[in-house]
Amino acid sequence: MTEPTIDRVTFDELKEAAGADFVIELVDTFLAEAPSMLDALRHSFATHDADVFRRTAHSLKSNANTFGAHALGAMAKALELGGLAPVVAANGQSIEALAQEYARVAAALKELRDA
Amino acid sequence: MRENATGPARLLVVDDNKVNRLLLTRSLELQGHRVAAAENGRVALDMLRRESYDLLLLDMEMPEMDGFQVLEQLAADLQLRDLPVIVTSSLEGIANVVRCIELGAEDYLPKPVNPVLLKARLGASLEKKRLRDQQKEWMRRFATREVAQDLQESGFALGGKRVHAAVMFADIRGFTALAETQPPEETIELLNTYYTLMFDAIASHGGVVTLMAGDGLMAVFGAPLPLPDPCAGAVRTALEMIETIELFNVERVAADKPQIRIGIGIASGEMVAGYAGTNERATYTCIGDTVNLASRLEAHTKVAARTILIDDPTRTALGDRVEVELLGQVPIRGKAEPVDVFSVNLGQKL
Repeated sequence: MTEPTIDRVTFDELKEAAGADFVIELVDTFLAEAPSMLDALRHSFATHDADVFRRTAHSLKSNANTFGAHALGAMAKALELGGLAPVVAANGQSIEALAQEYARVAAALKELRDA
Repeated sequence: MRENATGPARLLVVDDNKVNRLLLTRSLELQGHRVAAAENGRVALDMLRRESYDLLLLDMEMPEMDGFQVLEQLAADLQLRDLPVIVTSSLEGIANVVRCIELGAEDYLPKPVNPVLLKARLGASLEKKRLRDQQKEWMRRFATREVAQDLQESGFALGGKRVHAAVMFADIRGFTALAETQPPEETIELLNTYYTLMFDAIASHGGVVTLMAGDGLMAVFGAPLPLPDPCAGAVRTALEMIETIELFNVERVAADKPQIRIGIGIASGEMVAGYAGTNERATYTCIGDTVNLASRLEAHTKVAARTILIDDPTRTALGDRVEVELLGQVPIRGKAEPVDVFSVNLGQKL
């Protein structure tokens, strides 16, 4: 891993612009919402719902970039732009790879939150 | 809304993603604005139709109703189409951004939104809105709502179109003599009260005042927007104006002031309605024989000692609905043949 899970410059800028207390709230909101977004990705993959798949990947991308989780953001963007076909071809592996990256992001965000 | 661009504005944030919604709301609140939030386009449109906002910050990718659909609905809505919209999205592809702008979005900010950029763009959009609102306010003051709306919809162009409408002329009897017996301040006050009362009566029946000159006014029913029954609108207005003046006279007598009387002439038929003047200064007006006849009928009220005079086409359009007295054929300046003139009986309800 050459790229850090969370880009500290982006995260610190967010803290400075929005306030440290607010960012704690924002991290908690993301940690609460993200698992259902991952579920939505898996479910829309299983049911071949291209719209929900694209929209969910788009949402994840946008949130990941907000916190400086650029690797996660890039993976979500690949899903958003690539659509279902390559994910189906790879038997859903890209979703699971993204879920693993999310787990790292979640751990890093919790650490930053509690710091 | 008359907020200064630097003062607080009332904003609506629409985003289906909770993190984005919270963050954008927070950024805007930190800039001192009042912010409401909606989680999709449908909820946002409901809120916009219920309450007034200065600006909408719109996400594009949303379930139920996405941002493109919101932009389309706003453009089709007369009340909302001037609402400035800043799109905040992480849409991929320049084509999508272009589409937002083409659909009427004022600006586009990529997500994550940079707070400094947000402040600058927001300030510019709000300032533009303030100027537009000011312009609309001036237009409202100097034109009627209908003319203002017609201008907004069709734009301004000198020239007219043929319409079927009813025209009314009204003035205060013996106004010059009255004005000479009282200080000018009192005359202005009288005129302001008079116009306020008459404008209310005219507007409540779909009429539009196109001319005010001293104590006289001209109103048209059926242009710029067509009316289902322009003649009935004009005659109902005339009867209401007379009733209103009678009530006003009760007050004047109580205040030891002389009563006022008015005369009204109404004619209907085809005429040309539109903007006349120059490109720099123009007025909405109606022109044609029908208009001249209405003016002559108003003048004839003094000769005939009646209050409301109408022409034959107006009486025919109303049929049995109106009680009139035939005054016979009256020679009218500008008309080769004398015309039938009818006096409308006062105190009736149409």
